Amino acid sequence: MLIELKDVNKTYQGAQPLHVLKGINLSIEKGEFVSIMGSSGSGKSTLLNILGILDNYDSGEYRIDGKLIWDLSETKAAEYRNKMIGFIFQSYNLIGFKTAVENVELPLFYQGVSRHKRHEMAMEYLDKLGLAQWAGHYPNEMSGGQKQRVAIARALITKPDIILADEPTGALDSRTSVEIMDLLKELNEKEKMTIIVVTHESGVANYTNKIIHIKDGVIGQIEENSRHDATAFGSENGMLK
Amino acid sequence: MRFDIDRLKEIIDTLARNRSRTLLTGFGIFWGIFMLLLMLGAGDGLKTILNKNFEGFTSNAVIVGAAPTSKPYGGFKRDRQWEMDLSDIEAIKSLVQEADVVTPMYSDWRNEVSFGGRSYSANLKGLDYEYSKVETPEMLYGRWLNEVDCKQERKVCVLGKRVWENIFPDGSDPCGKYLKIKDMQYQIIGVDGRSSNISINGNSNEAVVTPAPLMDKLLQKGGKFEIMCFTVKEGGESKVLQDKVKSILARRHTIDPEDKHAIMVLDTKKLFSIVDNLFKGVNILVLLVGLGTLLAGAIGVSNIMMVTVKERTTEIGIRRAIGATPNMILSQIITESVGLTVISGMFGILVSVGLLGLVGKIVSANPEIGPVSFQIGFWTALGVLSLLAVLGILAGLAPAIRAMNIKPVDAMREE
Repeated sequence: MLIELKDVNKTYQGAQPLHVLKGINLSIEKGEFVSIMGSSGSGKSTLLNILGILDNYDSGEYRIDGKLIWDLSETKAAEYRNKMIGFIFQSYNLIGFKTAVENVELPLFYQGVSRHKRHEMAMEYLDKLGLAQWAGHYPNEMSGGQKQRVAIARALITKPDIILADEPTGALDSRTSVEIMDLLKELNEKEKMTIIVVTHESGVANYTNKIIHIKDGVIGQIEENSRHDATAFGSENGMLK
Repeated sequence: MRFDIDRLKEIIDTLARNRSRTLLTGFGIFWGIFMLLLMLGAGDGLKTILNKNFEGFTSNAVIVGAAPTSKPYGGFKRDRQWEMDLSDIEAIKSLVQEADVVTPMYSDWRNEVSFGGRSYSANLKGLDYEYSKVETPEMLYGRWLNEVDCKQERKVCVLGKRVWENIFPDGSDPCGKYLKIKDMQYQIIGVDGRSSNISINGNSNEAVVTPAPLMDKLLQKGGKFEIMCFTVKEGGESKVLQDKVKSILARRHTIDPEDKHAIMVLDTKKLFSIVDNLFKGVNILVLLVGLGTLLAGAIGVSNIMMVTVKERTTEIGIRRAIGATPNMILSQIITESVGLTVISGMFGILVSVGLLGLVGKIVSANPEIGPVSFQIGFWTALGVLSLLAVLGILAGLAPAIRAMNIKPVDAMREE
């Protein structure tokens, strides 16, 4: 079991305490391609933050590859994120004043990999994603799809255990969305990457092999979707957008 | 915290992102350093110029002069002109162990001296060879008086610079020639080119120096003179020497010990310390103003870094999300701050050093003043550089701590 959550609770303290996650139990195996689906306010973003060690949970247990993720120092959390998790964000989150290849290099920079080595690796990954000739370009010179592929290269470069994609197609048109989802699917099938996609679009979720529905802070239905014909929210026959 | 080409590139990248802002912020530091160093250098230069006035004088000389008494004492009326004599020297030598050199100064004002048809009205000074320890001569030609000149009462003389310039306008070596003073021929043995502005019985520029015993005899002084010069022995107190000499002279010449005017005392140490203190004051003022300006610049840097950190919240969040530890963020912001401060400061150092060099060159070109260095010292520059680094760290601290506390979740929020 790569990812294991047992009765994870999270409450946001405030004037009116908000109990966002109410006892999440979830297991994800190595090599799975999973989507977590829910509407806004369902707690899926909070769950993603906890899965990505970006946020703490109040009670319960979260293990990655058997390692308990609990009460980590910021430094330790940063190290775990760097080594175990690759992030793909809706808004790409590339650093604007760095070129594509520099963006891809960045996680390795924080690992202390030598200049030469990390440049070589970054170029290799960009090449894999068909962006070798864009290596020297800045994010604002690229299309959304290209930016997202740079972000994917950045997520992959540390050879993480898990890829966490937060609405990876949210800012893309439907044609590019299909490309990106195909790419993720291919990564899962060929490289056996464990990929978790958080989304509210059923079309996106339909690409994954397992759809985990979350509603009001609890896990609802878990749909096996090996046939990719889920139409969970009844959107037009499960096509993207 | 390692520093390598990557770190340097990061700094340059971020600083280059908002050029005009970086430039303006850096200017604050530049100006602070520039003003500080310029003023320090100018202060040093002025001090050198002022000290040239005392050139040649040892800092531990004491000059004692006889002046009219201001109080009646021992049967004498006030306003009595008294004179010192050679026996005073013997007495002081045996009684005051703080005294090293004790030497008389005979003088005779405005004497016509001439050579080859040219004449000049100079002051005659009768000095002992030991006097060179009080006021070090700077020989342009020949030598100064020596022990044999004095013992054998040789008829020799040393010319002051202006006397020589007037009598030998072609600037030729006058040594061996005979100068006519009061119908007698004195062989010229040297020219003293010192240009000090301290004048004891007339500036040494204007003087013709002859051996003291000779002058005593020829002018029929009878061993009497009005000025005595001392140097203080190593470890001796100038003040103690002055008090002892005063009381000995008062006793030997029946002067009221309370008479404050009869015995004039010039303490070069005091003179030097006045200048020293003056410039200590100037330096404190310069440091206050300069460091104040610099501090204002540093606060400017801190402010801008604060704004930068706020602007870069998303970027820093992304960095944290993909594995930067809080310490890495902290050191990144601090190195940016130090980089900005040190680079601007370096320009300040460069420009002020250049300007001070130029000023030094212009001032030194003036023959009245001679070579003066306005330059700041190497250690001062090094000190300023480390001060810059410290300021940079301090300026970066608050923004860096703020940046460190940015949570990676912030990167996930919509921009």
